Amino acid sequence: MSRIERRFAALKAEGRAALVTFVTAGDPDYETSLKIIKGLPRAGADVIEFGMPFTDPMADGPAIQAAGLRALAAGQTMKKTLKMVKEFRKDDQDTPVVLMGYYNPIYVYGVDKFLADAKAVGADGFIIVDLPPEEDQEFCLPALKAGMNFIRLATPTTDDARAPVVFRNTSGFVYYVSVLGITGTKAPDLKSVKANVNRLRKHTTLPICVGFGVKTAEQARAIAKDADGVVVGSALVGAIAASLTKAGKPTSKTAKAVHELVASIARGVRK
Amino acid sequence: MNHTAPNSFRTGPDENGLFGIYGGRFVAETLMPLILQLEQAYKDAKADPSFQEELDSFLEHYVGRPSPLYFAERLTEHLGGAKIYFKRDELNHTGAHKINNVMGQILLARRMGKKRIIAETGAGQHGVATATACARFGLECIVYMGEVDMERQKPNVFRMKLLGAEVVPAKSGSRTLKDALNEALRDWVANVEDTFYCIGTVAGPHPYPEMVRDFQSVIGRETKQQMLKREGRLPDSLVAAIGGGSNAMGLFHPFLDDKEVEIYGVEAAGLGLKTKTKHAASITGGRPGVLHGNRTYLLMDDDGQIIEGHSISAGLDYPGIGPEHSWLHDMKRVEYVSATDKEALAAFQLCCRLEGIIPALEPSHALAHVMKIAPKKPKDHLMVMNLCGRGDKDIFTVADVLGVKL
Repeated sequence: MSRIERRFAALKAEGRAALVTFVTAGDPDYETSLKIIKGLPRAGADVIEFGMPFTDPMADGPAIQAAGLRALAAGQTMKKTLKMVKEFRKDDQDTPVVLMGYYNPIYVYGVDKFLADAKAVGADGFIIVDLPPEEDQEFCLPALKAGMNFIRLATPTTDDARAPVVFRNTSGFVYYVSVLGITGTKAPDLKSVKANVNRLRKHTTLPICVGFGVKTAEQARAIAKDADGVVVGSALVGAIAASLTKAGKPTSKTAKAVHELVASIARGVRK
Repeated sequence: MNHTAPNSFRTGPDENGLFGIYGGRFVAETLMPLILQLEQAYKDAKADPSFQEELDSFLEHYVGRPSPLYFAERLTEHLGGAKIYFKRDELNHTGAHKINNVMGQILLARRMGKKRIIAETGAGQHGVATATACARFGLECIVYMGEVDMERQKPNVFRMKLLGAEVVPAKSGSRTLKDALNEALRDWVANVEDTFYCIGTVAGPHPYPEMVRDFQSVIGRETKQQMLKREGRLPDSLVAAIGGGSNAMGLFHPFLDDKEVEIYGVEAAGLGLKTKTKHAASITGGRPGVLHGNRTYLLMDDDGQIIEGHSISAGLDYPGIGPEHSWLHDMKRVEYVSATDKEALAAFQLCCRLEGIIPALEPSHALAHVMKIAPKKPKDHLMVMNLCGRGDKDIFTVADVLGVKL
C-alpha cells in the first residue's frame, strides 16, 4: 500500500473527505515556500501537492502562472523542488506528497533519473497535466513500474466512453477537474460536480478528489459531501501573492496567511 | 533514435501522431476528446472529394492561386551562380502563405458546425488571415497576440479589428507568440463546445502538424508542376525560412521523396547563435523537449524552462519548430541552417532593389541563405526560394533598424 492509499483508507475509516493542498514549490522563494509547506499538515492538509514551476503552464490561470514565474525568478529548479520534498520528509513520514506540473522539465531531467530521485526523497505520486493516456509510455508506465502513483485528471469532457481510457493506468486517486477551463478562474457548479462524481464512480473505485476553483470553506464543505477529497490551489497561491511586498518579497504574514486559509477550509471539509 | 532512411519520407505521422520520436499529443485531458474529434473530422474531410473541391475553388477565386513561379533574373545575374526562382506566395490574398492553411481549417470548422474561431498570432499574418476567412464566412473570431507583439505590429492589429476580429493581448510570461499560444489553449479548454482552434503553423498536438502541412503543400505541388512546365525537370534545390515551419513544410513535402533535390530550412539566428539566447534557431541551437502539445526541438535552459526566441522577424521568434522538421533533421533529409538579423536585412534590401519586390523579413532569411549558396552552384542549377510573405508589415521595423524615422 502506498502512502497515498494508506492516507485515503484512514480518512475513509474516519468518515471524512481529504483536504488536498497545492502550492508552487519555491514561491515566493525557497525558504518561505519550505516554511509554508512544512506547516500545511498541522493546518489541516491531508495530501500535499508541490507544483513544479514551468514557464509555460498551459492549463493554469493567472494566479498559478504568476506563482511559477515568482518561483523561477527566485531561482527554483527541479533539483531544489526535490530537495524541498526531502526537507519536508524529515519531519513528516505520513503525509503523501504529490509532484504536479508539466512534462518538459521532467523530460529534460531524464525520466528514469527523475523517478529514482523523486522516490529517494520521499515523493509518492505525480500529476503531469500534459500527459494524457495516449502518452502513457512516456512517464506514467515507468512511474507505476517504479512503485509510484500516477494521478490522472478527469474533466467534464471525460464522458463514459473516455473514462475507461483515462482510468486505465491511474492510481492513488483521481483528480476531477470541476470546471471547463484553467485553474482558479471559475467557481465549480456544485450540482454538476455531484452528478459527474457519481458518474465517474461507475468507472473507478479510486478516491475522487475535486478541484479547480475551490476557494472557500463553504464550497469545500459542499464538495466534501459527494467527493473523497477537495483540492485547493489557486486560493492558497493567491493568499501568498496578497501577502507580498510591492517588490514581491515575502513578509511575516506570508506563511501565516496560507496556513490560516488552509485551517479555515479544513474546518469546512471536516464538518 | 533510428537514423536509417525510410522508403518514403512522406508517410508520417503514424497513428499516434509521431514523426519518429517527434510530435504526439501532449495536452491536458480536457482537450483530448476535442483533439480526437478533430482528427476524425479531418480524416472524413480528406476522404470527401467535395471538401477538396470547395477548398480548391476558394484557393483559386478568393486567395488567388496558383501563385506564380517567377524567375528572379537580376538576382541570378547578381549572384552569378544558380538560376533562382521565387515561389510568389506573397501575392496571395492577405500577403502571405498563411491563408492557404486558414482556408482549409475554416472550411473544416464549418463542416464540424463550429461557430467560434480562436487563433494565435505572432507577427499578425496568421491572425489577419484567420480574421479574413472568418469575416468571409460570418464566424466569430478571437485572436490572441502577445502584448509585446501587438506593440511591434500595430498595422496588423488594426487590420484584424477592421475585419471584425477581437484581438486579445496575451499578458502572461514573455508576452509574445508562445504566450499567445498558451492563451489560445487556455481559451479552448474553457470553450470546448463551440470553439475551433485554428493553429497557424505545423506545430501543436496531432493532427495539427499533419493537417497544416497538408493544407500548405499546395505550395510544393504547384512548384513541381510549374517547374516541370518551365524547365522540363525538377528543381535542384529548395530554400525556405522557418519559424514554426509551415511555409517550408508546404514547399518541401511534395519533394521529400525526390532524393536528388537538396532542401534547406533557414532558421533565424537573430544576433548570432553564439549569444545563446538572442536567436530563434530551435534546431541549430536547441534540443528536443515537449511544449504546446508536441515533442520537438526547443529553445530551453538546462532545467527545461522555455527560453524566448529572438529575431528581427516577429514571425520567426518562436522557441520551437514543427515536429516533422525535427524528424527530417534527425533523418538528415533536410539541411537546417540559419541566417542572422543582419544577413536577413541585407537580403531584404537587395531584393527590393534588384527585383522590385519588398519581401517580408521571414523569407528574407531564406534569401540570405540563397545569397550564400547560389554563387557556388553551376548556372544550370535550379533553385527555388519560397517568397512566403510580402514586407509591407515590416517597413516600420526595417526603418527603425536603418535609423530612418517615418
